Amino acid sequence: MFSGLRTTLAASALSGAALLAAAPATAQVEIEYWQYYFGARVTAMEQLIENFEAANPDITVNMTHFPYANYRTQVAAAIPAGEGPDVVQLFYGWLNDYVEAELIQPLPEDAFPAAEIQAEFFPMVSAMEQDGRYWALPTAVRSLALFYNERLFEAAGIDGPPETLDELVEIASQLTERDGAGNITQVGITTGMTGQDHHWFREVLVRQMGGVPYSDDYQTVTYADEAGQAALDFYVGLEEVHGVTQGGFMDEAQAAFRAGRAGMHIDGSFRIGALNDTRGLEWGVAELPAGPDGTRSNYSSYWVNAITSQAEGERFDAAVLFMQYVTSPEAMQIWLDVVGELPARVEVGLTEENANDPVYGPFIRGLEYANTTLFADESAQRQLLVEMVERVQLLGDDTASSIATAAEAEQALLDDYYGD
Amino acid sequence: MAELSQSETRSDARDAADAQRKSGLNARWHRLSINQKQVVWAWAFLAIPIVFYVVVRFYPTGNAFVLSFQEWNLLNDREWVGLENYIDLWNNDVFWVVFVNTFEYLIIGTPISLVVSFFIAYHLDKVRFMHGTIRALYFLPFMTSAVAMAWVWRWFYQPVPIGVFNNFLAQFGIPQIGFLNSTTIALPAVLAPAVWAGLGFQIIIFMAGLRAIPATYYEAARVDGVSNWTMLWEITLPLLKPTIVFLVVFSSIGFLRIFDHVFNMTTNNPGGPLNSTKPLVLMIYETAFGGRSQMGAAAAQTVVLFVILLVVSLVQLRIMRDK
Repeated sequence: MFSGLRTTLAASALSGAALLAAAPATAQVEIEYWQYYFGARVTAMEQLIENFEAANPDITVNMTHFPYANYRTQVAAAIPAGEGPDVVQLFYGWLNDYVEAELIQPLPEDAFPAAEIQAEFFPMVSAMEQDGRYWALPTAVRSLALFYNERLFEAAGIDGPPETLDELVEIASQLTERDGAGNITQVGITTGMTGQDHHWFREVLVRQMGGVPYSDDYQTVTYADEAGQAALDFYVGLEEVHGVTQGGFMDEAQAAFRAGRAGMHIDGSFRIGALNDTRGLEWGVAELPAGPDGTRSNYSSYWVNAITSQAEGERFDAAVLFMQYVTSPEAMQIWLDVVGELPARVEVGLTEENANDPVYGPFIRGLEYANTTLFADESAQRQLLVEMVERVQLLGDDTASSIATAAEAEQALLDDYYGD
Repeated sequence: MAELSQSETRSDARDAADAQRKSGLNARWHRLSINQKQVVWAWAFLAIPIVFYVVVRFYPTGNAFVLSFQEWNLLNDREWVGLENYIDLWNNDVFWVVFVNTFEYLIIGTPISLVVSFFIAYHLDKVRFMHGTIRALYFLPFMTSAVAMAWVWRWFYQPVPIGVFNNFLAQFGIPQIGFLNSTTIALPAVLAPAVWAGLGFQIIIFMAGLRAIPATYYEAARVDGVSNWTMLWEITLPLLKPTIVFLVVFSSIGFLRIFDHVFNMTTNNPGGPLNSTKPLVLMIYETAFGGRSQMGAAAAQTVVLFVILLVVSLVQLRIMRDK
């Protein structure tokens, strides 16, 4: 009985050894690439890898992807254990944590000169620079724009999308519909801090009212002033004063827009795909409306690729080549065509064709004046703005005290994060 | 040639040693009595679940206790911080809101679900017509995925034009109710489907308890001319005590750990509005898997939940113990 078991074990150990011995036969360099799963992104990356391998026949890139929900945890657990990738995709907001934990290494200066990156990429990419070195680079970036329902506009006899915030309110009120009891059945514009509105508030409305949301290093909250209050008054006023919207209408803002029950909707470029798939919806895109003094602003976010600290020797060299390719103009155009995300390089973004594209154009033009919030904890910071609006709407707090409370809580969160 | 013979000799020696070891083990095995062999086999089989539990349950549990005194964001090394996680928790306003919510789920949910399920079981027990079908209907929600159910109810609760309840109210000109958009109504609104989902199970257990009461007691009572009401209070309920104790403890633990219903009905604003529906488990989830991955703080919250569950269960068992 026992001896039989031992023989089996010995046999399987032997065959295992034989398998291992057979593996490293060629002089190929293999590198591992990780990203989270999103159909179009995986397809695009497969194309990039194919092109890259054709140009560099001695390098093989293996892509592994994970569900978005587990991605951060998986990466965090794998790299320290030496199991992880050589090139990894990260959200820009995670950079600090990864640099601090020494999970990624800076991009080599000779292959990625800092001056060149500053000159060629859209300005918000500078957030990836620390101590004069770049740690990661995006292939594509995202920004916000105003989606509008062309059919509803036409039916209401409205020529085109609003250019200013005043026009936004005016047009929204023409598009709002109510039933006999006064219940809203169609909103002029969707609202909800749980969606992209918290970015609109932070980086756009506050700046348009003459304020600045944070200090330059994003470690100090500065929106709790008159400008911030004016921004909040405007935002809450859409529902309370003008009655052109209703928070949580049809559960989710994007659902209301897709169902054709919303005249306008502010969202990111990543929404384009879903809207394209919505039958019967005719929609247009416009730049976010300008503020009272003509100020334009936008919010941009992006995912970056970085080389992990476990890539060494020839794997490091291969990773550098791969990074160079995925941040090249060619890769960016492929990414735009396949995924619909905007090129991170100015020269690719602002080509005649891309910048004037009826759908991508407004997003790309928005990149020129976009700001990127450096979040310590995006979901927690969003939650604070959600609650800021809820205090006004559900508890009847005044906007001044509510924005002060939000700023105080957010400052405490930032202090806690940057403190250690 | 010489080399070959040398290696042959070596392998011969190894075989001999193997054989000796084998025979040693075999001999020892054969010397055991049948009883002893049975014990060895029993332990061999028992070892599997024991090892499983140690690795999958006890080790992580112990680890969580240790982690609650540390700071760890998954990326960095763990750092000892003493009681800091607990002190932060004590000073956290949201924690106290959540703490109260957790007990509200328990205090509202447990009695309502027990009374309703007993009422249904008591009457269902007397019904003969389509008994099985009716029982199955009550049991169905228990088998339904909590996630699917939570989403259906979430849509029921929406304002017009999509919410069923509010559309109904609007038809009669009654003002809408912001079920999930209210700091006072949201918690009962989230709790309702959770209670409903648990009813089926409780009804089945109650009916089993009712069936276990000997019919002779009721016959004797009827001969004495006792009313139904008296029979309920003097016979049924006292004899159901073990069932009631089990269900109280079981459903209390369930309500104290409520998560799926709340999370799915409020995904955009988890535990909202203004934390009014947030239970402790959801807070733990957000702390651990939110943007900052504060594993130490989340572990401290888990320890608090563990203590709450332990105390509530012990208190209930003590109060309801047979005297």
